[in-house]
Formats: sequence, structure tokens, C-alpha cells
Amino acid sequence: MDLREEKNLKYYISNTIRYAILIFSSLIIIAPLLIILFGAFKTNKELLTTGPLTTPENWMNFDNFKVAWEKGRMATGFINTAIILVISLAATIMTGTMTAYVLSRFKFRGRNLIKFLFLVASLIPSITMQMSIFQIIVGMGVYNTRIATILLFAGTDIISIYIFMQFLDGIPYTLDEAAIVDGASFPRIFMQIIIPLLKPAIVTVIIIKGIGFYNEFYIPDLYMKDKSLRVISTSLYAFKGPFGTQWEVICAACIITMIPTLIIFLLLQKHIYSGLTMGSVKG
Amino acid sequence: MAEKKNLPKTRKKIKKFSLQRNLTIVGFLILPLLLLIIFTYVPLFDTVRYSFYRWDGYGDKVYVGFENYEILMKEPNYFSAFKSSIYYFIGSIVQIIIAMYFATVFFYKLKGKTFFKGVLFFPYLLNGVAIGFVFLYFFKDRGGALNSILQMFGVSESSLPLWLGDVTLVNISLTFVSVWRYMGQNMVMFCGATQSISGDLFEAAEIDGAGRWQQFLYIMLPNMRAIISLNLILAVKGAISVYEIPYIMTKGTGGSMTFVIKTLATAFTDKKIGLACAMGVVLLILVMIITVVQKRFIEGKEED
Repeated sequence: MDLREEKNLKYYISNTIRYAILIFSSLIIIAPLLIILFGAFKTNKELLTTGPLTTPENWMNFDNFKVAWEKGRMATGFINTAIILVISLAATIMTGTMTAYVLSRFKFRGRNLIKFLFLVASLIPSITMQMSIFQIIVGMGVYNTRIATILLFAGTDIISIYIFMQFLDGIPYTLDEAAIVDGASFPRIFMQIIIPLLKPAIVTVIIIKGIGFYNEFYIPDLYMKDKSLRVISTSLYAFKGPFGTQWEVICAACIITMIPTLIIFLLLQKHIYSGLTMGSVKG
Repeated sequence: MAEKKNLPKTRKKIKKFSLQRNLTIVGFLILPLLLLIIFTYVPLFDTVRYSFYRWDGYGDKVYVGFENYEILMKEPNYFSAFKSSIYYFIGSIVQIIIAMYFATVFFYKLKGKTFFKGVLFFPYLLNGVAIGFVFLYFFKDRGGALNSILQMFGVSESSLPLWLGDVTLVNISLTFVSVWRYMGQNMVMFCGATQSISGDLFEAAEIDGAGRWQQFLYIMLPNMRAIISLNLILAVKGAISVYEIPYIMTKGTGGSMTFVIKTLATAFTDKKIGLACAMGVVLLILVMIITVVQKRFIEGKEED
């Protein structure tokens, strides 16, 4: 066997192993989800008599989805999630871009202190301060309202600020100057020049934060106890009690919850990857 | 003459300009800073303050000095909740190694790369409650998915353990869920890091006859040191503050208690706000120590 053939054989073997590992790992990821998908289409009897790996008899059996949607009040969950998502995203984009704009365009006393405050805040695990945050939320009189969750989502964080600042550094200051000469005020420059140019960064932050808000469980669970205020996470969690034995309904509810995520992922895959890496470089 | 006349006007303009500038700075920062202070710094201060009181959250606060901290030291069932962190930490190490492997695989040309990368990453985006249910079903004792798969390979049902009901296994099962969920995030971060390494280095290595393992060892690894150590530190932080998955799946029962779940239960179930705040302070101090170590570690490494 000459050197070249040997190299080819070696390549062939290592390539096969590589694919074997990839396929095996993908199966580990997909299998638990696929089993849930199977379960969602089975009748209760079918679920109890067939194995979880058996495909459902009737793929058009949407009864479980109906039960989950109606009895689990998932529509309410989606509406509440949507309301909170839209308002919180608007707010966090506003606070984030404003902070980044000021920090990147003006030199003033206290600038580094402000950056430092946001940096330190990102290091504190907020879950350990919920006892105190709870008192503040109750004290403000917004406990058991959507405002509680929105307020906790509305602030900005160091990663968003860094993402915006990175983009702002790429916008030439001469643009601002030209507008100043033309007599534009800073808020106007911000609204009409900076914000449109920041669009890609805004999209990135919306995706990353939006996924986080959609998935957030603890904050809505703690601050919005009222049934009518349940978001998608908490209405899914509520299946744990009354539907404890009806796994086919729980499976359907899980699928309903995961579908929006899958759609967003398939549409915005590239944005999500770059957003994650952007956030991690400095954080 | 005309110039001199204009001077006060210009000054006025500059004054007006700097006033506008200052107003913009204050106006733009007031809301973000208020939110930051009210929901991060005030609670931080309060958590430390409440930790010196005995308080149920409604009635009067009673100042007790360091009593809450003494309780934490004396009663072993508080700190013992950190035991489960060891499992999650080991899990994170495994997770980082797996993520590095895939990041290296995806660095080179590969058929189906987008698909495999997407599949491996996808769990990171999923709702934590949904993941909790998926694995409650997966690990279920009778008719559970894992047991069925194992039976397919000829393992008899009676010999199978209770994946979530066995004190020695529950943390391993939950750690598996954690690795399943978060591996993709590490992987994508590492992929980003490998892309920033200059391709010339690899070409040169290829010409010199270096195999992929050598390329990994001598080019990738040294260039990824910062992001790997960052992920290691995040792994330690994550391991001591785990709560979501065990909270949703087992509520911390049967040996799966974590320190954060214990803290939240102390506060909102037992209504011992002061004691819970003391636990919060302990966790905060731990996180701060880890962060300082991380800064030292990364900065020290970058100097040489």
C-alpha cells in the first residue's frame, strides 16, 4: 500500500467515525423530543398499551392538542406572553440603545462608573435576590400584574450594551457632526440617524432577549400567581397537577410550546448563532 | 469688528449646546439607571440588610445579628444542598469537552454541517418547563422512554433503576438533562472562537503535514484558552446556582435539592426571609470570589 492509499484509508475511517458520532449525538437530542411528538398523537389507551417508541396509529388525531389548548388555557398563556414580550422588548431596546448611545458618544464624569455598575449587575445571580425584589414589587403595588414581569424585563444589561456599542463604534462620528451642524438635536440624531443604523444590532438583541423572555419561568411564576395572568411557561407548568396522569395531553402541550421556538430557529438560525457569539466575546 | 460682535453669540451657542448635551446624557440615562438601581442594587443592599433580621416577610423585623449565618453553619441540611453542585460541575466539564469536539468537527468542511449543528444546538432555545416534562416522560419508571429503549436492547424491566426516584441516580439524571440542554450553547461559542483564528495557520500546518489532532492541539487550543477558561468559570457558577430543571422536575426532592431551591423554599415556603437572605449573601460571596479568580486567571494568562 503506498502512502497515498494509506492516507485515503485513514481519512475514510476517521470520516466514518466522525459521522457515526454526529448521528449518534443527534439521536440523543432528537429521541426524547420525538417520543413526546408520538405521545401527543396517541389516545390515552394507546399511550398506555403501546411503547413510547411506537408511532401513533392516527397522525391526524388532534384531540390532545384541543384538550391541552382549551382546558390548559394555553391561549391565555400565549396572549399574556405576547403582551409581555412586545412591551418588554420595546422597553429593553429603548433602555439599551439609549444607554449605549450616551456611553459611546459622550465623554462625561461618571461614564466609567455607569459601565461598571452594569458590569457588576451582570455578575450577580438575580435569583438569589428574589426575596428582596419580591418586597419591592409588592411595595410598588404591582404584585400579581403583568407590570411586575415587564418591569423586571425592561432594564438593559451589559451584553446588550456591548452589542449596541460595538455597532455604534462602526457608525462614523462625522454623521453625527454633520447633523449637529445642520442644527439637529441629540434626541433627533438618536432617533433618525442612530436607531436606523443600529437595526442589525437591535434585531440580534430582540432575538436573544425574546427567546429568554418566552422561556422565562420563575419570574412569572413568582409574581403573577393569578390564573388569568399565566404566561406560556407557567400555563405549561400548571399541567403538572390536574393532568398528572394524562401524558398524552402534556405531550401535546409541550409540542404547542415548542413549535414557535422551532419556527424562530429555522427562520433566524444565523442571527441566533452570531448573537450568541457576539454576546460571549466580551461577557 | 463683525467677528467681535459675533463672539458672545457663539458663546451663547456653545453654552446652549453643552446644556443640550448634558440634558441628553441625563435624560437618556435616567430610566435605564433607575431600573438598574431599583431592581439590582436596592435588592442587593436589602438582601444583605435582611440577612441580619428574623422576618416572615409581613410582620415586624427583629434584629438578630449573625444568628441566621450561625444557623446556616450549624444545621447541615443547608450547606449539604451544595452536594448536588458537584454532579452539575462534572457534567459541565463533560459538556465543555463534547462542545469542543463538535466545534472542531464543524470547523472543517463537512456535509450536513448546518443540520447537525442545528440539531445539537436546538435544545438550548427550548422552554425549560417543556424540557422538564420531556425528561419526566423520558425517565418515567413504568413505560418510560428510556426504559423502553433499554428493553429493546434486552435489559429486563425489573433490573432497571428509578432514574428520578433513586437518591444515588437522581442528580446524574438531572445533570444529563442539563448537558443535553446547554451543550449547544458552549458549542456555538466555541465555533465562534475557532472562526476568528486565522486560516493561514491551518494552511501552513497542513503543508507541514500536521494532522487534525495536532492542529487542534497546537493551533486551536492555545487560541481558545480565554473562551475555554471563561466557560469553565461559568460552569462553576452555573453548578452552584442550578435551580430551574430540578425545580420543575423534582422540586428538589429525593436528594436533588440544590442551594438555590433551598433558598427559595426557605423564603417562600418556610417564610424565613432573613435566613433566605443570608443564604443569598453566601451564594453572592461565592460568585464574587469565582469572578475575581476568573479575572485574575484570564488576565494573568494573557500577559505571558
